[in-house]
Amino acid sequence: MSTATLTPKRSASPSNSLTAGQLPAWTTPVVGAASLAVGFLAAWLLTGEIGLGLGVALSALVFLVVMHVASLTIEGGRRATDRLAKHLVVGMFLLALLPLVSVSLTALTNGINRLDPTFFSTSMRNIVGAGGGAAHAIWGTLIITGVAMAISVPIGLLTAVYLAEYGQGKPLARSITFFVDVMTGIPSIVAGLFAYALFGVLFGIGTVNGMGGAVALSVLMIPVVVRSTEELLRIVPNELREASYALGVPKWKTIMRIVIPTAISGIVAGVILALARIIGETAPLMIAAGFTQSLNTNPTSGAMMTLPVFVYDQYARPGVPREPYWDRAWAGALTLILIVMLLNLVGRLIAKRFAPKTGR
Amino acid sequence: MKLKKIGAPLAVLTAAALSLTACAANEGAAPATTPAGGSGPGAPSTAAASSLSGTLAGRGSSAMSVAQQTWIAGFQAANSGVTINYSPDGSGAGRESFTSGAVDYAGSDRAFKDEEMGAGKFGACTADSNALNLPVYISPIAIIFNVEGVDKLQLDADTVAGIFSGKITNWNDPAIAATNAGVTFPDSPITAVHRSDDSGTTENFTDYLAQAAPSVWTEEADGEWPAAFGGESAQGTAGVVDAVTGGTNTIGYADASQAGDLGIVVVKSGDAFVGPTAEDAAKLVDNSPVVEGRGEHDYALELDRKAEGAYPIALVAYAMVCEDYKDDAKAELVKAYMEYMISDEGQKAAQAAAGNAPISADMQAKLQAAVESIS
Amino acid sequence: MNKQVQAPHERAAHSDLIPAKPRVGDKVFTGLSTGSGVAILVILAAVAAFLLLRALPALTASADDIAAGGYTSNLAWLDGFWGWVLPLAFGTIWAALGALALAVPVSIGIALFISHYAPRRLAQTLGYVIDLLAAVPSVVYGLWGFFVLAPALGGLHRWLTTYLGWFPLFSGQASGTGRTIFTASIVLAVMILPIITSLCREVFLQTPKLHEEASLALGATRWEMIRMAVFPFARAGIVSAIMLGLGRALGETMAVAMILSGQNRISFEVLTAQNPNTIAANIALSFPEAYDLKINQLIASGLVLFIITLAVNMFARWIVSRRAAFSGAN
Repeated sequence: MSTATLTPKRSASPSNSLTAGQLPAWTTPVVGAASLAVGFLAAWLLTGEIGLGLGVALSALVFLVVMHVASLTIEGGRRATDRLAKHLVVGMFLLALLPLVSVSLTALTNGINRLDPTFFSTSMRNIVGAGGGAAHAIWGTLIITGVAMAISVPIGLLTAVYLAEYGQGKPLARSITFFVDVMTGIPSIVAGLFAYALFGVLFGIGTVNGMGGAVALSVLMIPVVVRSTEELLRIVPNELREASYALGVPKWKTIMRIVIPTAISGIVAGVILALARIIGETAPLMIAAGFTQSLNTNPTSGAMMTLPVFVYDQYARPGVPREPYWDRAWAGALTLILIVMLLNLVGRLIAKRFAPKTGR
Repeated sequence: MKLKKIGAPLAVLTAAALSLTACAANEGAAPATTPAGGSGPGAPSTAAASSLSGTLAGRGSSAMSVAQQTWIAGFQAANSGVTINYSPDGSGAGRESFTSGAVDYAGSDRAFKDEEMGAGKFGACTADSNALNLPVYISPIAIIFNVEGVDKLQLDADTVAGIFSGKITNWNDPAIAATNAGVTFPDSPITAVHRSDDSGTTENFTDYLAQAAPSVWTEEADGEWPAAFGGESAQGTAGVVDAVTGGTNTIGYADASQAGDLGIVVVKSGDAFVGPTAEDAAKLVDNSPVVEGRGEHDYALELDRKAEGAYPIALVAYAMVCEDYKDDAKAELVKAYMEYMISDEGQKAAQAAAGNAPISADMQAKLQAAVESIS
Repeated sequence: MNKQVQAPHERAAHSDLIPAKPRVGDKVFTGLSTGSGVAILVILAAVAAFLLLRALPALTASADDIAAGGYTSNLAWLDGFWGWVLPLAFGTIWAALGALALAVPVSIGIALFISHYAPRRLAQTLGYVIDLLAAVPSVVYGLWGFFVLAPALGGLHRWLTTYLGWFPLFSGQASGTGRTIFTASIVLAVMILPIITSLCREVFLQTPKLHEEASLALGATRWEMIRMAVFPFARAGIVSAIMLGLGRALGETMAVAMILSGQNRISFEVLTAQNPNTIAANIALSFPEAYDLKINQLIASGLVLFIITLAVNMFARWIVSRRAAFSGAN
C-alpha cells in the first residue's frame, strides 16, 4: 500500500524534542485570517465587488496552498499529507453546509408567511384565492407514508435478514440481490403508473386512493431499505454471532437480539432516509393517489391529497393574484421539511434506546 | 422486538398527527364562506338544487385547474352534499380516463379528434351515446418579454416566429425595429423561453405560428416544442414566467393572467395590433367554425387564427361529458355542475380567480342548450 | 457502532456449519424472511410485466409509425424509437455522472469528518445535520435550484464560457438564466449527498478498532491509518453507497424537470441553454399530455432507464465481489 517509512523526519533545529518539527498551534488561525483577507481582496480586484461566493472560494484555496507548503517545509511530506487530508475533510463538511443553510433559509423566509394555525386547521375545500390550508395534504402525507412504511419496512428488513443471514450463495438470494438493485432504478413516475394500473385491474378502472399511493411509494422504498439494511447486517462482526451460537442461542433469536440491535442505528437511519426519499415524491402520488381539495382520512376510498402534490400544485398552477398560492406552496414545503425532521429525530431516539452501549 | 420497533415510530407519528388537527375546520355540514381576500364565487342561482348529493370525478387539463377549482368551490358551496374532485393531471390523461370510464367528465386543451369520437366508445356513457366537446374555458396566451429599456413591443407573426425559431437572435434586428418606431433596442442576444413540458399552451402557440407565419414557422402545430428550433425551456406556465422574469433580455409565452408585471407583446392581427384582452380572445372562439360531422350539440372548434380583430393566440379548453350517462344520478350532477360552469356567475368567478376570458353570450346560449340535452 | 469482541484470534468455523436442532422459532423466522424475499421478486415481476406490456408497442413500432404518431428522433443517423430515446439516455447518465463526480468526494470527506475527525460529542449531531439535507423534498430542491442556485451561478457560467471556453465542456453561449445541466448536477449532488454520506459513515464506524489502533501504533498518521485500515475495510460499503446515490440521481424526476432547460439532443456542453434532458424528467414533463403511442414510448423510455440502472448495478456488484474478502460477515 504505502512506501512511507516509519522513521520520523528530523528537523533542523530541535529546540524542544516534543514539539520539534511541528507547526505551532497559532498557525492555523493566523493563516486562516490572512487567507480570508487575501481571498476577498483578490475577489474584489477581479470583479470589482465584494462577492461572497468567490471570496470564500479563493480564501479556501489560498489557505490550503499556504498551509500545505508551510507544513511541507517544516513538518515533512507525511505530516503535510495528513494535514491536507484533514483540511480537505473539514472543508468538505463546511461545503455541504452551504446548500443546507441556503435551502433552509429559502424555505424558512418564504414559508413562514403562512405557517399559521389556519394553515394546519383548514383544507382547500371551497377556497379560492387567499386563505385555506393544507390540513388535507398533511393528513394524506402522514397516512400514505405510514401505510407505505408499514408495507415496506417489514418486507425490506426481513429480506435483508434473509440475504445476510440465510441466503448466502443460494440462487434465490443472488437473484433477490440482483432484482433489488434493479428496483432502485424504477423511475418514480413508473411506480405511480404501476400502482394505478394494478388498482385498475384489482378494483376497477380509474381507482385512485391512498392505498394506491402507498403501494407506489412502497415499490420505491423497499429497495432502499433492503440495500442499506443488508449492507449493515453484513458488517456485523461474525464473532458476535458465533459467541451467541456458542451460548446455545437459536439463530432467529441471535438475529433478533444480537445482529439487528448491533446494526440498529444504521438500519433506522437507512429507513428514515428511505422515508425522506419517498415522502417528497410528487409524480407517482398525483397518478396513484389522485388529487382533491377536501380532507379524506380513509386510505381505501377516494382521492387523497399529499403535501408534495399540494406544494407542486400551488406553485405550478396559481390563480390570480399569485401571492397567496406562492405563500401556501412554501408553507407546505416548510411543513414537509419539519415533518421529516421530526421523523428523523424520533428515529434517532428509537435507535438510541435499542442500540447496545458502544465505545463510540 | 420487531413489532415494538416498527410500532413505536408509527405510534408517535399517529400521535403527532392527532394532536396536529382533528379535522379540517372549513369542512363539515355547513357550507363554508369564502375568506377575505379571496375572489368569492357567488352561490349559483339554482340554489334550490342543494338537494343534490354525490361525488363527481373529473380529470384533465392543468391549464384550467384554477377555473375548475373555482367552479367546484362555488358549486359545492351551494350544494354541500356534493364533492367534486378534479385532478389536473393533463389533457391526455383526462381524455384517456374519460374514454375508459374512469372519470365522469374530462377537461382537455383540445377536443376529441374525429377518430376518437363514436357512439359507445366512452366508458361512462351508454352504448349509443357519444361524447360532447364543450368549450367552457378560453385563456388568452400572452407573449411576455423582459428587455432592458423596452416597455412596449409590437410584433407581427413572422417576427414572432423568427424569434422563437432562432432565426432572429438579437434584439437590434431590423425586423423587430420595423414595427416599433421610436423604441431603442439593446444590442444583446435574445433568450427565447418555451415550455419544456408537452402542453396545450404550446400547441395553441405553435398552431398560431404555423397558421399565421407559415413561411417562417415550418413545423406543424404540436404540444411539444420542435427540438430543431432550440431556445431555452422551462416547466409549466409558472416556470416560463419565472424564467423570463429572472433572466435578462428574455421573451416567452404564457397564460395572460400570469404575466404579472412583465411586458406584453401586442400582436398584429389582420391590419390592427391586438393585445390579449378577454373580449378579443373570446372573439376568436366566436369567429371559429365548428368541426363538421359532429353531433348537434358538439362544439369542437376549428380555431381560425387569422380572423380579423380577434386576438389570435388563445387556448380553448373543453369539458367533455356524455350525451347520455349510464348512471342517471351522475347525469343529474354533471348537468347541474355544467350549468353552473357556463353560467354568468360561474364564468365571472373563474375570470376573477384564473384570469381567463369568459365565453360570449352567444356561445353561452349554445352551450346551455347542449347541457340541457345531457341525460 | 458495535461492541468490539476481543475474543477469538482465529476465525471459528462458518456459522452454517454449526449443527443445531431445528426449532419452531427458527422455522417461522426462516419462512418469514424467505417469504419477504420472494414477495419482492413477485412485486418486481409485476412491475416488469407491466412495463414490458405497455412498452412493447413502442419497441416494435416502425420508424414510420413513430414519425406519424409519436415522439420523433432528432438524430440524423438514427431514427425511430431508438433515435428518440438515445439522447435522453445520454442526458440521464451525463447528469448523474456529473452529480456523482461532485458528490462522492464531498460525501466521503463528510463521512470521514464525522467518523474520524470531529469531536466525539459532536459527531452524532453533525451526522444529523447532514441527514437534514435528505429531509428536503425534491419539489423544494426544484424551487431552490430554480430561484436561488441558478441565478447565483449565472456569473460563474459567463466567466467559465469566457475564459475557459476552449475547454470542450465549457464551450458555447452561456445560458441567460443559469438553468443548465451543470446547475442540475449540483442540485442532484446535494440530493444524493446525505444517502452516500450516511452509509459511508456507518461503514467507516464499523472498521475494527483493532485495525485502527494497530496502524496508529505502528506510527501511521491519521490519514495513513484511514487509507490503510479504514478504506480497504469499507470499500464494498462505499461502492454500495455510491450505487444507491447513483440510483437516486438516475431516477430523480421533479427537481430536474423544474430546473433543467432541456431538449432532446446530445451535447457535451454543460453551460448552454440547450441541454440534453433526462429520461425521468422527460416522462414527468410529457406524460400528462401524452396519448396512444406516445404513452408507450414514454414507458419504454422508463424501461431503458431500468436497464441502465441494471447495468450500473451489475458493474458495481462485480467490483464489490472482487473485494468480498473485506466484508465483515465473510
